[in-house]
Amino acid sequence: MKDRPQVIRFSDVEQTFGRRDGAAVTALEAVTFDIGRHEFLAVLGPSGCGKSTLLRLIAGLILPTRGTVTVNDMAVAGPRDEIGIVFQRPTLLPWFDVLGNVTFPLRHKYGRVTAADKTRASNLLALVGLSDFMSKRVDELSGGMQQRVAIARALLLDPDILLMDEPFSALDALTRDEMSFELLRIWSERPKTVVFITHSIPEAVLLADRIIVMTPRPGRVREVIDVPLPRPRSIATLSDQTFNALANHIRGELFSRLVA
Amino acid sequence: MDRLAPAAAFIVLIGVWEAACRFLAIPPYLLPAPSAIAAAGLKIPVTQWIGNIAATLRVALMGYAVSIIVSIPLAVALVSSRFLSRTLYPIIVIVQSTPIVAVAPIIVVTLGASDLPRIVITFLITFFPIVVSTVTGLMATPEELIELSRSLRAGRAREMLHIRLPFAVPFIFSALKISTTLAVIGAVVAEFVAAERGLGFFIMFSTSFFKIAQAFAGLAMLVALSLTLFRLCSIAQRWLVPWSLPKSER
Repeated sequence: MKDRPQVIRFSDVEQTFGRRDGAAVTALEAVTFDIGRHEFLAVLGPSGCGKSTLLRLIAGLILPTRGTVTVNDMAVAGPRDEIGIVFQRPTLLPWFDVLGNVTFPLRHKYGRVTAADKTRASNLLALVGLSDFMSKRVDELSGGMQQRVAIARALLLDPDILLMDEPFSALDALTRDEMSFELLRIWSERPKTVVFITHSIPEAVLLADRIIVMTPRPGRVREVIDVPLPRPRSIATLSDQTFNALANHIRGELFSRLVA
Repeated sequence: MDRLAPAAAFIVLIGVWEAACRFLAIPPYLLPAPSAIAAAGLKIPVTQWIGNIAATLRVALMGYAVSIIVSIPLAVALVSSRFLSRTLYPIIVIVQSTPIVAVAPIIVVTLGASDLPRIVITFLITFFPIVVSTVTGLMATPEELIELSRSLRAGRAREMLHIRLPFAVPFIFSALKISTTLAVIGAVVAEFVAAERGLGFFIMFSTSFFKIAQAFAGLAMLVALSLTLFRLCSIAQRWLVPWSLPKSER
């Protein structure tokens, strides 16, 4: 993956937060890695390893206490248009219907939504498989469908980079698996650089080109693992030998004990 | 069956009340029977009822309107600026902690005997729940939406207008419903202190002549007025912002 142009760069980034009792918490320490263009990168690790902090640093929602984060060779100084975000909870707006929710970023940023914008939004809804639900209210949708709307919303401004913060962790296990394959399909139709945060090892191995394994307290990069599984990935991939070997290796890294 | 239950319960209560008054021989100047109350009420000409209801309603609605116009922008200001929040909140709580009934005569002395002091008194009773609920609602916006807004660089004003305020609507309406009843109380308190008409004045006038059944009739009118305003507020919510109601109530 090193032959791709490097889109996102972390250089010796440290992130400390002040806690309420005055003590400092080091969320990230000495984090250095690159992400290539249109690469699907998974960030995997237990709670408290700084995964969400990493995402927010790329998004420009927070700035590093030390070190630099660059996107497209420019230091991140704040939020920017090339980045779309999907959060853990879909958090859709109940006062708009599905189409209104997808067009919301434009309405919010520019104050108006044109007919062309609506067409773009309905195309995105078709992409995520929700064409028939455009005028439905948000509470008529299941959790998985709401998250699809959130994905369509994140894609509205056609960002180069898609940041996903454990987007399927609030869904039930079956929907989660379905959404993983849906995401791969969407990504193959609209290639983007994806940074996907997860705490599920199989999910990371199934989806990603590379996995950054992180450990907590302080948040550090433990290992960067290539996933040499061929694309397109399918259900068969889940029973592939390489898949299981990789998953076991990562489990070993994270739990520091042998897995049979 | 469900819908008949409250009406049935009410009728049973009235029946028990009537029976208790007759069989326990409760003096009519202590607790008049419902039949006596109805009779006294019917003796008052309809025009007089309308005049009194209108007078109380006018003051209640004006005080209510002023409360809304002041409270919501105030809540927005409190959420937007930590400085304003720290300086204004204590003042608001002190105002709320002052018993309005005690301050009402002073307000009338200072502001005269027109509508103004009555509106001020009503406002002082009504505004607090609206401010507090609006602030709570504005702060209850999910963090992800605020981050979405920041990632789009839409600005604080749009964040407030497009995201925080709409999210606060269910909270605002719950306070608006409470405040309809408070507005009627405020108007009545103002009439007790200084008025020549209105339902509160009517009740006071009736009790001073020992016409207790008549006073109770006035009270019944007040309760009906309060309930009607409360119901109108619920209907307004269902009509204007149906999405803000929980699914079971739509």
